[in-house]
Amino acid sequence: MTIPTSNAEAIGAHRARERRRWRTVLLFLALMAASFVLDIATGPSMLSPAEVLRSLTGLGDRAPMTDSIVRSLRLPMALMALVVGAALGAGGAQMQTILNNPMASPYTLGMAAAAGFGAALVLAVGGLGLSAMIAVPLGAFVFSMLAAFFLFMLASMRRMNTETIILGGIALLFLFQSLLSLIQFLSSPELSQQILFWLFGSLTKATWPTLTLTAIVTLVCCIVLMADSWKLAALRMGEMRAASLGVNVRFLRMKVLVIVAIMTATATSFVGVIGFIGLVAPHIARMTVGEDQRYFLPMSVISGALMLSAASVLSKSIIPGALFPVGIVTAIVGVPFLLWLIFAPRKRT
Amino acid sequence: MIEIENLSVKRGGQTIVRGVSTRLEGGRIHAIIGPNGTGKTTLLRAIFGDLPIDKGVVRIENKTISATGRKRLSDWREHIAYMPQDTGADVALTVLEVVVLGRLGKLSLHIDDETLEMAMDRLNQAGIGHLAGRDIASLSGGQRQMVLFAQVLMRQPKVMLLDEPVSALDLKHQVALLDVVRRETRANGWATLVVLHDLNLACQYADNLLVIADGTLKASGPPKQIMTPDLVHETYGIHVEVLHDRRGNPVVQPLGNIHEISSEDEISPANEGMLA
Repeated sequence: MTIPTSNAEAIGAHRARERRRWRTVLLFLALMAASFVLDIATGPSMLSPAEVLRSLTGLGDRAPMTDSIVRSLRLPMALMALVVGAALGAGGAQMQTILNNPMASPYTLGMAAAAGFGAALVLAVGGLGLSAMIAVPLGAFVFSMLAAFFLFMLASMRRMNTETIILGGIALLFLFQSLLSLIQFLSSPELSQQILFWLFGSLTKATWPTLTLTAIVTLVCCIVLMADSWKLAALRMGEMRAASLGVNVRFLRMKVLVIVAIMTATATSFVGVIGFIGLVAPHIARMTVGEDQRYFLPMSVISGALMLSAASVLSKSIIPGALFPVGIVTAIVGVPFLLWLIFAPRKRT
Repeated sequence: MIEIENLSVKRGGQTIVRGVSTRLEGGRIHAIIGPNGTGKTTLLRAIFGDLPIDKGVVRIENKTISATGRKRLSDWREHIAYMPQDTGADVALTVLEVVVLGRLGKLSLHIDDETLEMAMDRLNQAGIGHLAGRDIASLSGGQRQMVLFAQVLMRQPKVMLLDEPVSALDLKHQVALLDVVRRETRANGWATLVVLHDLNLACQYADNLLVIADGTLKASGPPKQIMTPDLVHETYGIHVEVLHDRRGNPVVQPLGNIHEISSEDEISPANEGMLA
C-alpha cells in the first residue's frame, strides 16, 4: 500500500516552487531593466549607464545635451521596445495556449503579414486624405484586424478544430505576403523602398502619443488575460478536459483571439513587422516557470520585452553609429536562439 | 438522480444514440457496457451537454437539457464532473496544479492552503500523493489517469461521468480507483455513470448495469439479475460462461468464438456454474 504523502510536506514544496518562480520572474525583470538602461545608453553618442540613470531620475550633475538625448530621443524608443516586446510576448503566449500549438504566434498566423500589406497599400494608394503618420498605422491595424476576424470566424465555426484555424492562419500569411509582393512589383523603386523600410520593423517610428496608446492597450489586454489565467491553464490540458472543468472553450478562444489581435495589431501598426518575439518569448517562459498562467503570462511579457530591448541594443551596436532596423535583428538572432531552445536540455523551476 | 427520457443523439448526420430512457439513482454506480463504437461515449457527452441532443430530455434535479434547451451550459455543468477518455496532458504543470484546476471557478490568483490541502487529500485518496510535485507530462498514461481522476474528485459534483477511467491502469490501480469511486459515490450520494469494458469489474462494482448496443439500451438492472450468457452473446457476439463468486456477483468467462469451440468444450444448456 502507498504511504500517504504528508500534506504539509507537499504544500511546503509547492510554496517553495512558487517562490522559485517569482525569483525567476524578478531576475528577468532585473535583466529587462538593465537592457532598458543599456538601450538608452547605446547610440551614435555613447552614454554611460550612470549618466542615463542620473538623467532618468533627474538627480546629480547632468549635461543639458545628455538630458535631451535621453529623454526626448532615446527614452520613447527604449520604452516602445519594452511595450511592443511585451505585447508580442503576451500575444504569442496566448495564441499558443488557445490553439494548443507551440508554432502559433500572431506572426506565423498571418496577422503581421496582413499589417504589412495594409501599410503597403496605404503607402501605394494614399491615405484617403489622412497624413501618412496616421494613415499607415491605421491601414496596418485595419488589415491585421481583418486577418484576426477571419481567424475569429474560423474559430467560431463549430466543426473547426485548432489545426484548421492554424492552417487558415498560414494560408493568410501566404496570401498577404503575395499581395504585398504584388504591390512592391507594381510600385516605383522609391515607393518599394518606403514599403520595405516599414516592413523591417523599426523603433525609430516611436513617439510619445503612439507609445502611450500602445502601452495602455497592452496593459489593459494583459490584465484581461490575467483574469482568465486558470481557464487558460485548463485549456492547455485539451479542449475536452477544459470543457469538463466548466470552461466555455469556444467563447474563451474567441475572446482571447480578439484581445491578442487588438494588442498585437496596435503594436505592429506603430513599429512595423517584428518576428520571432511572439514565437520565442512564450517558449522561454514555459521552460523557466512552466505553464501555470499566473507566472507564464507575466514571464512571457517580460521575456518579450527583454528580447526586443536587447535586440534594440544589438541593432545599434553591430556597426557603431549605424542603426539597423530591429525587425532584422530579432529574426537573425531569433533563429539560432529558437534552435537552442529546441535542442537545449530542459530544466525549469 | 439523472432521468433520461427517449434520448437520441446524432453525430455527422448519423444517429448514434437512439431512444435511451432510464433513471439513474444517486448514491449508486451505474456502469455502461457494450461493444466499441456503439454510443457509450456519445451518451456520456450528451448528458454532459457537450454534444447536441437530437430528441429527448436529460434531467438532473430541477435542471433539464434537450434539443432546444442547452443555452446555459455552465449552469447545467455546475454539479457534473466529467472525466473524458483522453489522458493526454502535454502541459508544463505539476500534478498538484493539475488537481487544483478541478476547483476552477472558485480559484483566485493565490491558491490558499485549504485548496492545496484538499488537492493533496484527493491525491492521497487516489494513492498518488507522492507524485504531487512531478510534472504531469513526465508521468505514465496510468499515472496520468489517476491524477485526472483526482482532479474530477476535486469538483465535488452531484453527478460523476467517467469514460473508461481504468483503461490505462494495472489491476491494482483499477481496483484502487474503483474502490474510491464506490466509497465517494456512497458517501456523497453522487449519481455515478461509468463506462467500463471489463465486464467482471462492471459486475463487481456496479449497482446497475446499462447494456448499450447499436445505440440502444438493450438491458438495464443489477448485474446479478441481468448478466447472462445470452445477453453477452446478443451484445458482443461471443459465447461466455457466467459463473458467480462467493458474494453472488457474476463472473464472465469467455469461451471464444462459437466456431472454435470443440465438442469437449460444449457447455451446459444453462451455461452457468459456481466458482469454488
